Amino acid sequence: MRWIWIDRFELFEPGVRAVAIKNVSLAEDHIHDHFPGFPIMPTCLMVEGMAQTAGILVGEARNFEEKVILAKVKRAVFHSIVQPGETIRHDARIEQLTESAATTSGRITVGDELVGEVDIVFSHIDQNMSGLEFPEENFVFTEAFMSLLNAFRQRSGERITL
Amino acid sequence: MPAVSREEIFETVKQTLIDALSVEDDEVTEEATLTGDLGAESIDFLDIVFRLEKSFDIKIPQEELISRDVLSNPDYVNDRKLNEVGIKALKEAMPHADLTEFEKDPDIDKISDVFTVATIVRFVETKLAAS
Repeated sequence: MRWIWIDRFELFEPGVRAVAIKNVSLAEDHIHDHFPGFPIMPTCLMVEGMAQTAGILVGEARNFEEKVILAKVKRAVFHSIVQPGETIRHDARIEQLTESAATTSGRITVGDELVGEVDIVFSHIDQNMSGLEFPEENFVFTEAFMSLLNAFRQRSGERITL
Repeated sequence: MPAVSREEIFETVKQTLIDALSVEDDEVTEEATLTGDLGAESIDFLDIVFRLEKSFDIKIPQEELISRDVLSNPDYVNDRKLNEVGIKALKEAMPHADLTEFEKDPDIDKISDVFTVATIVRFVETKLAAS
């Protein structure tokens, strides 16, 4: 299993807003344990999906020069469950962005229905954790995450035919 | 912007701390310390600063609230304790903070202990007066 809880970006407005979708599938192992006989998408993984959507948005706003980590989930409220076969939409907006940190607000929807709301504080760790040193390389934005953004940027809107 | 009374500032700061730290209304007194009494961790300070900026429409540079320039200056710090010159510099850099207790054991790792609810109210008052 790969730790990527969004499948693709649908919209990416640099420094402002990003929308990513996640298709929930019975092919994913975790959902069979949550719960046996009644598979639903764990809300904690939807928080992670929002953190990935918003985290890439925040990272891109500083040209991926900062190591952006989730510092705090300010608020996470869920209104309904999500089942296999449904498509989750993570809609993240930057509320505040400074040299050292950022806050985002997020809405999670399935179709027209509001499933959850997740607001997050991100920290640019090199600017905050005084006294601690981190590796030079940006270990947060790995190839897997960057490829999501590249896929969005390179998409022409036309299907690739065989 | 019309002048905001100290009481109004206190009420907004109080609500901010209730929201950010999930504490009860009656816990947020003037004397309550953010880390000791209200359980704030360093990451909560980021959250609180962002919320205060939004509520009061002000900008709060991190350096103004906690002067890392002073606390990380090797001329001011011996063995993680602030020397006399350092304490003087810190008083100038952080006029909103009451450093009376901190001075008795000026361990730089304990600087967040100086932040009481009243400290935050004083800081916001100063920022609003300057804006």
